[in-house]
Amino acid sequence: MAMKLHEYQAKDVFADAGVPTPSSQLASDVDGVLTAAEEIGYPVAVKAQVQVGGRGKAGGIKLAEDEDEAREAAESILGMDLKGYSVERVLVEEAVDFTNELYVGITMDRGEGKPVAMVSTKGGVNIEEVAEEDPDAIAREHIDPAFGMHPFQARKAVYDAGVDKSVANDVASVLTTLYDLWESRDGSDAEINPLMVTADDDVIAADAVMNIDEDALFRQPELAEMEEEAASGGDELEQKADEYDFDYVRLEGNVGIIGNGAGLVMTTLDLVDYYGGEPANFLDVGGGAKAERIANALDMVFSDDNVDSVVFNIFGGITRGDEVARGINEALEQFDEIPKPVVVRLAGTNWEEGMEILNEDLVTVEQTLEDAVERTVAYAEEVTEQ
Amino acid sequence: MSVLVDDDTRVVVQGITGGEGKFHAEQMMEYGTNVVAGAVPGKGGQEVNGVPVFDTVHEAVAEEDADTSVIFVPPAFAGDAVFEALDTDLDLAVAITEGIPTQDMAKVNKRLTETDTRLVGPNCPGLITPGEAKLGILPGNIFADGNVGLVSRSGTLTYQVVDSLTNRGIGQTTAIGIGGDPIIGTDFVDALELFENDDETEAIVMCGEIGGEDEEEAAAYIDEHVDTPVAGFIAGRTAPPGKRMGHAGAIVSGSGTGTAESKINALNDAGVPVGDTPEEVADNIESFLE
Repeated sequence: MAMKLHEYQAKDVFADAGVPTPSSQLASDVDGVLTAAEEIGYPVAVKAQVQVGGRGKAGGIKLAEDEDEAREAAESILGMDLKGYSVERVLVEEAVDFTNELYVGITMDRGEGKPVAMVSTKGGVNIEEVAEEDPDAIAREHIDPAFGMHPFQARKAVYDAGVDKSVANDVASVLTTLYDLWESRDGSDAEINPLMVTADDDVIAADAVMNIDEDALFRQPELAEMEEEAASGGDELEQKADEYDFDYVRLEGNVGIIGNGAGLVMTTLDLVDYYGGEPANFLDVGGGAKAERIANALDMVFSDDNVDSVVFNIFGGITRGDEVARGINEALEQFDEIPKPVVVRLAGTNWEEGMEILNEDLVTVEQTLEDAVERTVAYAEEVTEQ
Repeated sequence: MSVLVDDDTRVVVQGITGGEGKFHAEQMMEYGTNVVAGAVPGKGGQEVNGVPVFDTVHEAVAEEDADTSVIFVPPAFAGDAVFEALDTDLDLAVAITEGIPTQDMAKVNKRLTETDTRLVGPNCPGLITPGEAKLGILPGNIFADGNVGLVSRSGTLTYQVVDSLTNRGIGQTTAIGIGGDPIIGTDFVDALELFENDDETEAIVMCGEIGGEDEEEAAAYIDEHVDTPVAGFIAGRTAPPGKRMGHAGAIVSGSGTGTAESKINALNDAGVPVGDTPEEVADNIESFLE
């Protein structure tokens, strides 16, 4: 999983490494925006700091030529709802007068198991669309992680992409810096889109994307500190899942799903769909979950108002059926009336012990995964019909 | 017959003095696995469950003739542990550890091109040849000896499918969990090749999931090189793009690659039936064996 830095955080990281960036300031209210704009000098761009793509199209980025426009931009962007995220902060940034927009990026090519450097002259637009419609417009250079990016590789990517000779050296230098950052900071993606070219043939990073491999945060203390700020916002339930340390994804449906192991939980979601229901979530309790964790999982899914019924599917390997049963009892015995019907299917390690412990007055038990899902979907339908 | 592991396999457990390593070394031995050594830096000279511990994997190989390593080292040190295993002349290293930084695995991936040692994992349940030996954390009691080879990216999904097979009296030659990370050692194609060349494997189950293009590559390989009948399953049909479903590798990217649909189509085109449910996978295997 990747931790995504905000644009302003990524720009700080890039600027510290020597990548040219426009001058900018963070602001969280209208006065702050106006003060920042005054100091930077008009025109400025006012940019929402939320972790969603396509901010510009959604009205999250506005240009301001003067104070009136800056006020208008600040008022419309601050507090707006951008694809489900409330905008708390904006970046006020020197508007760059450009003649050209390029793309440079580093990511891991999982098929090759190697990092890949990418350069394109089609910057400023969604690069994934370019990749699909005109793949040849992106020059790619795979990098041997044992050596790092050779200088010739940076040059080659830039020339292959057809970048104008007047800025080729500068672009190659930005690409080299970007790779060094990606490597030293355990990046999963490092991207500048657009990398603007000015009339004076300077290059400047108008946007910045830096996603960090969460598994490597233990050796990136400085970035780990940024995590709290970066993670702010987002769905309330997803934040709760973070606290409980669950792999959780909220979906649109009304059938709650809890299980162990990513592949099996995904399969349970698919079966809900197969039997005509709609999954409300993905929740993986992981391996070896004890009773308390199981109870937390039920609490998690119960707190989703969309959920009408819950399927609990555990195939024990290192997870033990008796612990699971204890956790389910613990979570349900605190209710006078069970809020939503729960269907349980236990298999694998200690499932027989689990079945003896499980309070069958509180749940519906099914022997197979298919039966359990079918029953849960039927319960959800009953609620919907009422 | 079986692939990669049998009752002659001589195992060194890296990280045998840790909680997980100790517990699962014991479980492996109980199942009949020939665990001959442990390797933990600074713990050389100790014994765990009667197994001698060495400071380095090299010593364990030299002293106890280990040919296979199972790695239960915490993620921060696991990349290094894999490098250590690959620096010896072991036949096989199995990395159970979840959460190894991706850049560490990219370096491991490069090293794998220079060594004869095979890697399974990381972030995998390991592998088992029923009735002979298991390497990793799979629950031995659900498996039975037989003629079906199984390869899967997911642990518990493997158990689900194996359980369906075993309940119908269909046993397995070897089951291999290749792991849910973006960069892994042994992939579907490698495992399919092993099963295709195994005389006893009469049918193969392949459980894939969303993300990456390994299943598509496997489908192309099956079309060209595999005569043994294969039954497929793909988890994650209902996963929305851009949301990671637990496994680091299980994500449909924004540009639409890695979808279940693309994988199912590729497998169908290669003549592989893909079950809608785990029970359907068992149905397909049953019909192959009739």
